Amino acid sequence: MLLEIKDLHAGIEGREILKGLTLNVNRGEVHAIMGPNGSGKSTLAKVLAGHPGYEVISGEVLFEGKNLLELDPDERARSGVFLAFQYPVEVPGVSNSQFLRLAYNEKMKHLGEEELDPLEFNDYLKEKAKVVEMDSSFFKRSVNEGFSGGEKKRNEILQMAVLEPKLAILDETDSGLDIDALRIVAGGVNKLRDSEKAIILVTHYQRLLNYITPDFVHVLANGKIVKQGGKELALELEEKGYDWVKAAGK
Amino acid sequence: MNSQAGKETIYTKDFLASLENANQPEWLKNLRSEAFEYFTENGFPTPRNEEWKYTNVAAIGNEDFRIAQSSDFTPEKIAPFVFNESKESVLVFSNGSFDRNLSNLDAIKDATVLSFSAAASDEKFGEIFKAKLGSLVDFEKNGFTALNAAFIGEGVFLFIPKNAKIESPVQFLFVSDEGKAAFPRVLVVAESFAEATIIETFVRADETKYLTDAVIEVSLADEAKIKHYRVQRESHEAFHVGASGTEVARGSVYDATNITLGARLSRHDIDFKFNSEGGEAFVDGLYLISEDQHHDTHSVIDHRLPNCTSHQTYKGIIDGKARAVFNGKILVRENASGTDGYQSNKNLLLSNDARVDTKPQLEIFNDDVKCAHGATVGQLEEEELFYLLSRGLNESLARNLLTYGFAEEIVNKIEIESIKKQLDEAVLNRLNANLEA
Ligand SMILES: Nc1ncnc2c1ncn2[C@@H]1O[C@H](COP(=O)(O)OP(=O)(O)OP(=O)(O)O)[C@@H](O)[C@H]1O
Ligand SMILES: [Mg+2]
Repeated sequence: MLLEIKDLHAGIEGREILKGLTLNVNRGEVHAIMGPNGSGKSTLAKVLAGHPGYEVISGEVLFEGKNLLELDPDERARSGVFLAFQYPVEVPGVSNSQFLRLAYNEKMKHLGEEELDPLEFNDYLKEKAKVVEMDSSFFKRSVNEGFSGGEKKRNEILQMAVLEPKLAILDETDSGLDIDALRIVAGGVNKLRDSEKAIILVTHYQRLLNYITPDFVHVLANGKIVKQGGKELALELEEKGYDWVKAAGK
Repeated sequence: MNSQAGKETIYTKDFLASLENANQPEWLKNLRSEAFEYFTENGFPTPRNEEWKYTNVAAIGNEDFRIAQSSDFTPEKIAPFVFNESKESVLVFSNGSFDRNLSNLDAIKDATVLSFSAAASDEKFGEIFKAKLGSLVDFEKNGFTALNAAFIGEGVFLFIPKNAKIESPVQFLFVSDEGKAAFPRVLVVAESFAEATIIETFVRADETKYLTDAVIEVSLADEAKIKHYRVQRESHEAFHVGASGTEVARGSVYDATNITLGARLSRHDIDFKFNSEGGEAFVDGLYLISEDQHHDTHSVIDHRLPNCTSHQTYKGIIDGKARAVFNGKILVRENASGTDGYQSNKNLLLSNDARVDTKPQLEIFNDDVKCAHGATVGQLEEEELFYLLSRGLNESLARNLLTYGFAEEIVNKIEIESIKKQLDEAVLNRLNANLEA
């Protein structure tokens, strides 16, 4: 198993947000997590990525059988965990290509593989940018600075494509995308999809799942998974809303 | 005061000798004498002076810096400090005096370069030289500007006539010998529609002690455009005090970038004024100091007439036990309606012992203005740091990259590639980081 989350309780500033969450993800699988606003989806994503603002109260998270929670955020990233942020951060003064190359080389170093110099990396980056149909003018610009909402999301997928993580957690990457961008982003995700890797998609919309077919759909409400199903569950949710599953969860 | 009296004697002897030997017109000798009198009476400023509250220059008074009679700089010693773009437009000052033999004026066409002694007696330029010299940096501003004026010798007068454009950036390169006091001075006059880029570079590669007390005055007539880079990379043992005075006129654009990396103790005073309606100015800067360095920028942007725009972005990165001071005043006078003034000073403290005192000030005497200012002092943004960590950068790399990015906002605006490259390297060096762009 790639990721095992067992009875996870976590919160922020003394407030418990995840209240006993359990989830298993195998290699090759795509899991969609849906759920009402404020139910804890981003919290889960950030806890998995190791955000220092969140505290784990109890429970266990194993990644490739090892305790993920004792790793620093950068170690988690180098071991293959990637979070595409719901709200990507702007980093003024640092160019996209410089940032990506440093990140890529840190990973290579970790794997004991060869690092790329700026020229070599540029070629690699160009290839990857094709996946998300991103113009090379974005390479020189500061990370996310002045990017439109959709461009920021695409930039997250570009980073994912460059880093080729084992586990990608996409937190509402589809929100705020126009139809074309949605197709492009979904295409990027599908390219990453293979039997070795797994993807967790946090989304509010069934339409993303038309492009990326999930193996499982989970409903997160009030800090817990209250319902699981196949891709049909997303359709059902779209039709009926969340009340019936929330009720079922209680 | 007593401890200074002895030092004044040192300057007094040198002053009298240099005044006697100078081949200068009476008015200039008088100006020098008055300036020296001011210095004798007032000495260097002390922290009791509000403008010098955080910058104690007593250490300078305790040193025995002397005026150099000569120097042994050679073209080979100078070469590494000359920017590629300015190889044929470089004006070298050694120990404060313009050194024509070390300079190269080949690419300075359509403009006139005169040493002060030549300018003062020049038939064509004598009048304007006299009118402008000392008009933008008052010698009675403080003991340093007074001492600089008292020692006016071989400065450089750069005159850019109407409609002329100097294509190569003109680099003023200041080098000093150990133990010396240098008083370099530059006067730039740009007539209407003139265009040029000027670079001041204060540099010394090894760790020696000396004093640079520099003054530059830059006057822009209507529609003139001047880019002004100032790169202070003195020895880390040196003392550096500089004053920049600028006036701009209708439709002229002055764009300054002041970079401070060197010196143990440095101070930079900026006196900027709009002399007609409708001028625009950028007065930006970056100070990057560490260990026991001290830097102080004091700037006054004087909106005295309507419809002028000023932008000021100053950034500081302070490490070790270093201490920075930023005091920036935007003054909007009574009849300066339509003023647009922006000022920001952001500081990054990289260690617990680092310190900054920042004081942005708005003094507004007109209602029809748009002014914004602000200052921040802080550590790196936690969310930005987490973002980089979440991509696998280790913590020290991530911190360095963010610090670098913080500095780059200023460095990136520099349009001369070799300055930019040098500063990039200097920033990385300071951070001890390999971030190869
Ligand atoms: N930094 C914080 N400080 C205080 N409360 C927080 C903080 N971060 C999250 N919360 C709270 O935790 C709860 C869960 O937030 P979270 O962002 O995980 O929800 P979400 O499921 O991602 O919602 P959405 O669908 O709107 O993105 C919310 O009630 C939120 O207000
Ligand atoms: Mg969320």
